[in-house]
Amino acid sequence: MSHLLEVKNLDVKFDTDEGRITAVENISLSVDQGEVLGIVGESGSGKSVTAKSIMQLNPGNTSYNEDAQIILDNENVLKFTSKQDLKKIRGGKVSMIFQEPMASFAPAIKIGAQMVEQLLIHKNINKDEAKSISINMLKRVGIADAEKRFNQYAFELSGGMRQRAMIAMALSTMPKLLLADEPTTALDVTIQAQVINLIKDIIKEYQMGVIFITHDLGVIAQVADQVAVMYLGSVVEKGPVNEILKNPKHPYTKGLLQALPDINNLDAPLSPIPGNIPSPLDRPTGCVFRTRCPHHNPEGKDGKIEMKLIEVEPGHWVDQCGIQCGQNGR
Amino acid sequence: MGDNLISVNNVSVNFDYQENFISKKQKIHAVNNINIKIKKGSFFGLVGESGSGKTTLGRAILGANKISSGNVIFHDDERDYDLTNMNKQDLKEYRKKAQLIFQDPYAALSPRMTVRDIIAEPLEVMKITNSRQETDERVRDIAAKCRLNIEHLRRFPHAFSGGQRQRISIARALVSNPKFIVADESVAALDVSIQADILNLLKQLQAELNLTYLFISHDLSVVAHVCDVVAVMYLGHIVEMGPSRELFKNPKHSYTKALLSSIPSIDPEKRSEAIELKGEIPSALNPPPGCVFRTRCPNPGIDCKGGEIKMGLTEVEPGHWVDQCCAL
Repeated sequence: MSHLLEVKNLDVKFDTDEGRITAVENISLSVDQGEVLGIVGESGSGKSVTAKSIMQLNPGNTSYNEDAQIILDNENVLKFTSKQDLKKIRGGKVSMIFQEPMASFAPAIKIGAQMVEQLLIHKNINKDEAKSISINMLKRVGIADAEKRFNQYAFELSGGMRQRAMIAMALSTMPKLLLADEPTTALDVTIQAQVINLIKDIIKEYQMGVIFITHDLGVIAQVADQVAVMYLGSVVEKGPVNEILKNPKHPYTKGLLQALPDINNLDAPLSPIPGNIPSPLDRPTGCVFRTRCPHHNPEGKDGKIEMKLIEVEPGHWVDQCGIQCGQNGR
Repeated sequence: MGDNLISVNNVSVNFDYQENFISKKQKIHAVNNINIKIKKGSFFGLVGESGSGKTTLGRAILGANKISSGNVIFHDDERDYDLTNMNKQDLKEYRKKAQLIFQDPYAALSPRMTVRDIIAEPLEVMKITNSRQETDERVRDIAAKCRLNIEHLRRFPHAFSGGQRQRISIARALVSNPKFIVADESVAALDVSIQADILNLLKQLQAELNLTYLFISHDLSVVAHVCDVVAVMYLGHIVEMGPSRELFKNPKHSYTKALLSSIPSIDPEKRSEAIELKGEIPSALNPPPGCVFRTRCPNPGIDCKGGEIKMGLTEVEPGHWVDQCCAL
């Protein structure tokens, strides 16, 4: 069976004044229809850059490697250059929900007008049809008084409502793939619970593939089917959500779990991961995590072990250096 | 009163609000009739959603917001400071003793000052030290306590990561040797691995320097981990307050229960046990009369639905206070 989305050997580099930065290195991922792939990692780990490459939204100084492939519906989107083709992936087959809904709506245009505009671009329909689709979608995401909200501006809505409107807008074009970049981070927990449930319902209803980016392992546990853990531009561990959270192998994944305050176990000490995430300008050679790894083996420490994912259980892949360190560290 | 550092008595904070110049003047009831006592050496947590008045209360205690009614007393060793009735000289003294750590370490530090100057600024402004040498000594001393290296002091903030910047903010807050610290969402902008580090640092400094914290956060698991006493705020009111273990194990108020159940569980097999609250926090311009939570309460009683029950805390266990509407 072919996947809805397949990312193969993707490198993303940015040319900056200080030199060439490797933001993402050798990433391979896949998403099926109706499946949620969660990407977790700290800030600067390349989660958003990966998602943005799927829509080619990275800035002009970006370069991709020659053999990288991002295959969506049997087409390599990295080869798209014409406006016509790009339109297909930007809002057509792929939609994106951003972290800060206030920043993603144009402040001086009514919400309804923004929703209609993008429908007119992507669908072959007239204005009235677009309006009724938009209002129905606003109702679907649980916005009361959808007709009234349609004629309001983004600042008139509360945070949770704005995020619902953003979801409605992203879904109204019926994308096959939804990219959700930290969609609940700016929300309060009670509103976050509402939005997570909404996203889950909608995925079930429309059977789309979803990439869900977050730094919150709790949110991942609630929504994802598959998880990829990223660190400094590389995937260090990936697999089914149950495996990753209950049986983590890589010291970074373990570290993340131990650093998380658990409300059910208040006696457990909070153990931070020592050190700081290195600057992407001096990315470590070999295992990227070795500068902070608490249990490194001698060769891993010197950077002699190449990054390479190995399947330890069916579907559960771990970086080869991390497997050894994970065993050392218990 | 010997072991309390701060007493907050019936404090309300209102803001004037006028939609445009011809419309009627209204009042935003940001904080309503709050009574709390913060013990010396305690880690007092304040939780609640955005718009619940946590920050306003924190700022009122620091004297950064005008208090509309009630008073705040700071019990120092020799004397008490009444914040509602303080002259300029007293306010200057109080500023040395009560400090604030901000949420966003990227916005809180001036990009044009070196780390040394940032940390030294309070000493110079408050005229605590007399010579440059003395200032440098204090700066180096506090920087070491906050685990900053001496060579960091010559650099500018842009060279540092979020966690390091937050340590610089902490050093700046602590350099005047305060007794009371308000930490307003101080770990919210940090990654989990760094968050744990900063929390441990705050705890360690508390023991070393004999500090008392008011820790404001929206993250219940963080509060549960570090705080001794927790107050839960909703729409300007405290709805539940008590020792943190007791409160998290045995929550009484339906808002606290809903908040706790909304924390996404790390266990993928325990999905969606959240008590889902309908709707959103009402506007503080015209809060519902009676129990403020009743518009979203999942199981309101007959009396409180009509708003007949007034807000007010009752003690259900020693030290564990719950709003009377839910305690019934």
